[in-house]
Amino acid sequence: MESNIQFLKEKVLLNETLSFSKEDEERIKILKLEKTIKPIIFVGASSCGYVAGVQKTMDTIKQYLTEKQISAEIIKVGCIGLCALEPIMDVQLPGMTRVSFKYMNAENVAEVLDGVFNNTIESDHILGQYRQKNLQKWENVNFIDEIDYFAGQKRIVTEHNGIIDPEDIETFIAYGGYRAFIKTIYHYTSNDVCRIIEKSELRGRGGSGYPCGKKWKITHDNAADQHYLVCNANESDPGAFMEKSIIESNPHKLLEGMAIAAYAIGAGKAFIYIRADNKLAIERFKKAIDDAKAFGLLGENIFDSGFNLEFIIKKGPGAFVCGEETAMLNSIEGKRGMPRYRPPYPTERGLFGKPTVINNVETLCNVPAIIINGPVWFNSIGTTTSKGTKVFTLSGKIKMNGIIEVEMGTTFEDIIFKIGGNVKNNKQFKAIQLGGPAGICLVRENLNITIDYEELNKIGAIMGSGSIIVMDEETCIVDITKFYINFIQHESCGKCIPCREGTQRMLEILEKITKIPKDEASHQTLERFKGVMQLESIAEVIKDTSLCGLGKTAANTFLSSLKWFRDEYEEHIFDRKCKAGVCKELRAFFIDVDKCTGCNACMRKCPENAIIGTVKYPHFIVESKCTGCGICVETCKFSAIFIK
Amino acid sequence: MIFDIEVNNKIIKAKRGETILSALNRNGIKVPTLCYMEELAPSGACRICVVEVEGQQDLVPSCAQPVEEWMKIKTHSPRVIKARKTIVELLLSNHPDDCLYCERNGNCELQKLSIELNVLERRIIGQKGKQKADRSGSCMVRDPKKCILCGRCVRVCEEIIGVTAIDFIKRGNHCEITPSFRKGINLSSCINCGQCIMSCPTAALYERDHLPEIIDSLNNPEKHVVIQYSPAISVTLAEEFGVKAGKDINGMLNAALRKIGFNKVFDSSFGADINTIEVANELVNRIKSGQNLPMFSSCCPAWVKYVEQTHPDLIGNLASAKSPQQIMGTLMKGYLAECINIPSENIYTVSVMPCIAKKFEAQREEMTHKGITEVDAVLTTRELARLIRLYGIDIMNIESELADTVLGTRSSSGKLYAVSGGVAEAIIRTSYNLLTGGDLINYKITELRSVNKNKKEFKIKITDLDLGIAVVSDMINAEKLLDEIKNGRKDIHFIEVMACPGGCVNGGGQPIPSRKEEIKARIKAIYDVDDKESIKFAHKNPQLNELYKILFGKPCDENCMNILHTSFNKRDVLL
Amino acid sequence: MASNIDEILEKQNNSDRSDLLDVLQEIQEIEGYLSEETIIKTSLHFKMATAKIYGIASFYDHFKFTQQGKFHIRVCNGTACHLSHSSNIRKEIEKLLKIQHGQCTRDGLFSIEYVSCLSACGISPVISVNKAYYTLVKASDIKGIIENLKAEK
Ligand SMILES: Cc1cc2nc3c(=O)[nH]c(=O)nc-3n(C[C@H](O)[C@H](O)[C@H](O)COP(=O)(O)O)c2cc1C
Ligand code: SF4
Ligand code: SF4
Ligand code: SF4
Ligand code: SF4
Ligand code: SF4
Ligand code: SF4
Ligand code: SF4
Ligand code: SF4
Ligand code: FES
Ligand code: FES
Ligand code: FES
Repeated sequence: MESNIQFLKEKVLLNETLSFSKEDEERIKILKLEKTIKPIIFVGASSCGYVAGVQKTMDTIKQYLTEKQISAEIIKVGCIGLCALEPIMDVQLPGMTRVSFKYMNAENVAEVLDGVFNNTIESDHILGQYRQKNLQKWENVNFIDEIDYFAGQKRIVTEHNGIIDPEDIETFIAYGGYRAFIKTIYHYTSNDVCRIIEKSELRGRGGSGYPCGKKWKITHDNAADQHYLVCNANESDPGAFMEKSIIESNPHKLLEGMAIAAYAIGAGKAFIYIRADNKLAIERFKKAIDDAKAFGLLGENIFDSGFNLEFIIKKGPGAFVCGEETAMLNSIEGKRGMPRYRPPYPTERGLFGKPTVINNVETLCNVPAIIINGPVWFNSIGTTTSKGTKVFTLSGKIKMNGIIEVEMGTTFEDIIFKIGGNVKNNKQFKAIQLGGPAGICLVRENLNITIDYEELNKIGAIMGSGSIIVMDEETCIVDITKFYINFIQHESCGKCIPCREGTQRMLEILEKITKIPKDEASHQTLERFKGVMQLESIAEVIKDTSLCGLGKTAANTFLSSLKWFRDEYEEHIFDRKCKAGVCKELRAFFIDVDKCTGCNACMRKCPENAIIGTVKYPHFIVESKCTGCGICVETCKFSAIFIK
Repeated sequence: MIFDIEVNNKIIKAKRGETILSALNRNGIKVPTLCYMEELAPSGACRICVVEVEGQQDLVPSCAQPVEEWMKIKTHSPRVIKARKTIVELLLSNHPDDCLYCERNGNCELQKLSIELNVLERRIIGQKGKQKADRSGSCMVRDPKKCILCGRCVRVCEEIIGVTAIDFIKRGNHCEITPSFRKGINLSSCINCGQCIMSCPTAALYERDHLPEIIDSLNNPEKHVVIQYSPAISVTLAEEFGVKAGKDINGMLNAALRKIGFNKVFDSSFGADINTIEVANELVNRIKSGQNLPMFSSCCPAWVKYVEQTHPDLIGNLASAKSPQQIMGTLMKGYLAECINIPSENIYTVSVMPCIAKKFEAQREEMTHKGITEVDAVLTTRELARLIRLYGIDIMNIESELADTVLGTRSSSGKLYAVSGGVAEAIIRTSYNLLTGGDLINYKITELRSVNKNKKEFKIKITDLDLGIAVVSDMINAEKLLDEIKNGRKDIHFIEVMACPGGCVNGGGQPIPSRKEEIKARIKAIYDVDDKESIKFAHKNPQLNELYKILFGKPCDENCMNILHTSFNKRDVLL
Repeated sequence: MASNIDEILEKQNNSDRSDLLDVLQEIQEIEGYLSEETIIKTSLHFKMATAKIYGIASFYDHFKFTQQGKFHIRVCNGTACHLSHSSNIRKEIEKLLKIQHGQCTRDGLFSIEYVSCLSACGISPVISVNKAYYTLVKASDIKGIIENLKAEK
């Protein structure tokens, strides 16, 4: 039998009709791991899985298999998007459908596997089984796509995430990967590709939603001896991790999208700028490049098409602003990552002065599907002006924290309450922050807004980084605004005055209203108030005059939170109170004498020695000594300590 | 291509490809700028120059945005004014409120902007910076608290001078401009050209002040205080008193200095003449022996430092003659002291220079003998103006006087030391004489007089020698030339290098601002002197010849080497 | 030590500026931080001023100019962690170790760094010490964690 590589090349990639002989079809099934001889255990091994302890889980599984002398294969897969339930483990027994388990910490492994191998799975850990044709279903096990979390989603970009082995190019090809690329270089000219993408109305997912095909076309038409493609994977928003997860879970998909884009704009070199922190993603992408090269899918004269393509990974040394496209170009060129003034636009003079396309990871991951299924297919998904799907990171005080992909036109209401399963710990919903530090907050009233570039634009919001942070009643809006402004201030490149100085002033003012100064004269209340008034006018000027998107959006968080939560600001300013009990310097701690048992635990833990009391008698907090660290609250087993 | 655009409801002409700012300026419409620098690519950093363009969502920086036919621009709409004012207020909000105690009080762009934008209220209050001023440098003080991070100094140092001693570090509000590793400027590769000071809109950079010592000495009856001024001073000082650039006030300068109380007043051009003689002789000797060629001029201490730190292998190529300032200093403490019978310890020598690197030069170890410095204090043109004001002298309304004579007469070629190309011109004139015995008839070397080029060359056939001369004034062009030479170029015998573009008329100690038009006017004033005066050759300077006869002996002989020459040494700095 | 730097630089046979950040990262990976020596050598190699290289490197969060501690503690400062009060953890660590972001204790044992989302928001707040992760951390846990680490040494 010919080798897998040969088989995949000749019988799959070059097979345009997709009609397979029975034998070939079986072979593909084996490669897709749908047909197995041995049991296969899949573990979710992406960043979130590792943090949640999947390494230990894997070790335990191995040990379990050895002990029980079961011959099974362990395969590491990426993230299916259910970060809240990690570690996740799937098992596929020969002839049976794949079934998925949550919270698979080391101590649960034996119990669950015992069940599986004895064909009786009645565990709290069941997530559901996959819908797979021709395989025997598990009785009394729900389908995974029936869970609310997945039912509301439509997965194009994340289609195979968490399902296939990200490090195995053969599985990827067996699942249909790289066919779009081969089709492109064999049948389309660059102009064709640009036209197809234009027709699909794919818009950039990284920022303002610029039409992707148009960007490619302009760049393609700018004559130069070299064009470049840059994939923007600098994702540094402090609440977004879907790009990292996409690359960790399916690097070949991005690679294929980039290869098609490079072909479309006539680029011989494609760069990916990825934050150096994301070690796992870098590692997997590097392997993907190597494997693709070995397959002849990269390099010189790819599949005899005459097209050459080289891939270069650039590790971003940690700066949010380098996500701004011109700053990224500077960073790739080995400079300080400060944005450049536009014009000239990168499409005209970009990297090393050559026409350059910069695209977001998600944008590029949409491309292969569009090539395969055609622009009309893509065009039929979504709303009139926004086509396709959008990936979001859903986190904060939400039950089902993770990565989701929904069709454009879905409402935030559905995302939060259906897919996300409502706020954690039965708390009250307060607001969401959409788009991270550059974004705005939305309250209950406008959750019925649909995901659509224009709709969001109308209320001054942007899709931004695609992070959705859910806040509950215990979140202080002034505090979270301060957090974001602090982030912006830290990440501002410092080039232009309004952004550099303005954000710092905003931060200082917010700091002032979340603290009680040692000795305050009465007129200072007024000044604090004036400060907030000032804030609004500073915010407008920052927006109006900043050079790049970071500055232009820096004030969004503040302006929108002020719009919805003015009363909370006023409470901080005039009453010096933080209802949510977050602003440490505004809160005071008290011990409820009725609840306190005098166990003395808090007194021993208090780092400031602010608690006094005798064992077995109610304790007491000395207000002047207490710094509001909250350790005593965490410590008290009797919930005797409360915040006022 | 020229087309119409609408600005403030009027039609003006604009050229394709130019920026909005350039179109506005040509049409007499003023828009404030801070980070913008003529001749350099716009960085669009400060945003003070924003204007409103109809149809654009945000305000656009006029210095960076190219004009287009469809544009309708408002330069002073309420929105624009509010933005500009807020930007200035933001800058002021954490600025030390120090105007009354500030180096740039009265000549500060930030101050001017706050006047222009009518900032009358402290609306925004920010936390003040706590950084300490860097006083480690011998010539320059950096006060980061006053820095508005416009980046002009960084760009000058890198893109115009070619040294890159300073750069932005960190980002956001932690941004600062510092030498490598945030160390003192004294450890950096800074060559003290002072061009960054010239570009700084505020007092974040300024020269190290020598005024107090001088005033002390003036008040000390034991001290005989003598002063020399460089050839470039007389044509620029008047600007400090509100006179248009290009006025030569040599005589009034002499008078003013005497009024202040300086016991003797000399023109360093005399030192320049001696330098010419020595350097010309060195050059002819080296050409004859074929050693250490091409020879570099060494009268610019910034360039000398550059060679010492960056090209220590080429130290031997520097002319070993002391600079005019140091020659004058030596003579004052030696010859003059004897003439007037005052012990040299009691002579306090001051020089006025257009330069801040001269402060460094005066402190070089090589320039002191037995613990006695040749030049005790160095003033910049700006400091001299301050001294004149302090003594209440109305310099523009006093009778001219001549400089003191013992070290007084000069040739006009000595005066040429003030401009880039001038030193070379003086050297050529005298070398010609050394080689042929006669004098150049076409003594004006126009090839070296072009104002717009910082790299010039000139070839002249003298008897059977093809003398090749090159002139550069900034390190970028110097590097280019050195590269050519390292790559085997042999036709250049003498290279005049000045660190400041255009020469000392544009030195780091000159009046601020020193813009193109001012520099041109100053250069013209210098060449006018060359036209007007009768002694045009250093070797024709009678007092100088007298001095050689009675004191030095033959140029470049042992005695001269002892008194008039110096040595240079490799320097370890953070390059 | 020095030879590492030289080796990396030598391997880089061209001195194309666009490789600068890669080279610095590679050196830091081995040395743990960018010493003055590193920057001076890099500056010679790339024919760029040290001021420039220092300026570029200091722009980015990843580059360190002081040695890291034996235990490098990274505290997630992402939004989800902030919402679950990671700032209390920060304060506690700062107070116990008496160091700030980017600093190292005098005994060379601990250094701290604040980072953005470690992508485990569901089990926030998260901190990591070298390669180990601690999830759902409480301020009151910090003392124990640090003491354990000290004992480990
Ligand atoms: C401060 C700032 C940070 C950004 N960060 C990112 C990022 O992390 N990832 C991204 O894809 N785009 C980011 N962008 C948007 C990019 O500048 C650019 O618009 C985008 O990569 C274009 O790709 P697209 O057309 O595919 O959306 C950022 C923009 C700004 C102003
Ligand atoms: S807006 Fe902020 S981040 Fe953008 S260029 Fe200006 S200072 Fe830099
Ligand atoms: S909040 Fe912190 S400081 Fe205050 S009493 Fe509790 S433990 Fe002590
Ligand atoms: S821990 Fe709770 S119950 Fe125990 S002494 Fe403190 S307040 Fe009382
Ligand atoms: S630099 Fe200008 S604004 Fe600042 S204190 Fe000095 S004079 Fe005033
Ligand atoms: S300008 Fe105003 S503040 Fe300054 S000295 Fe004059 S009156 Fe006083
Ligand atoms: S004095 Fe000259 S060399 Fe020194 S920092 Fe300023 S511009 Fe650069
Ligand atoms: S030192 Fe002066 S020129 Fe340099 S950035 Fe600061 S204000 Fe601008
Ligand atoms: S060119 Fe003149 S002013 Fe400038 S540094 Fe040299 S000697 Fe000084
Ligand atoms: S489920 Fe793994 S990244 Fe979220
Ligand atoms: S002068 Fe135009 S942005 Fe600074
Ligand atoms: S915010 Fe800390 S892990 Fe995401």
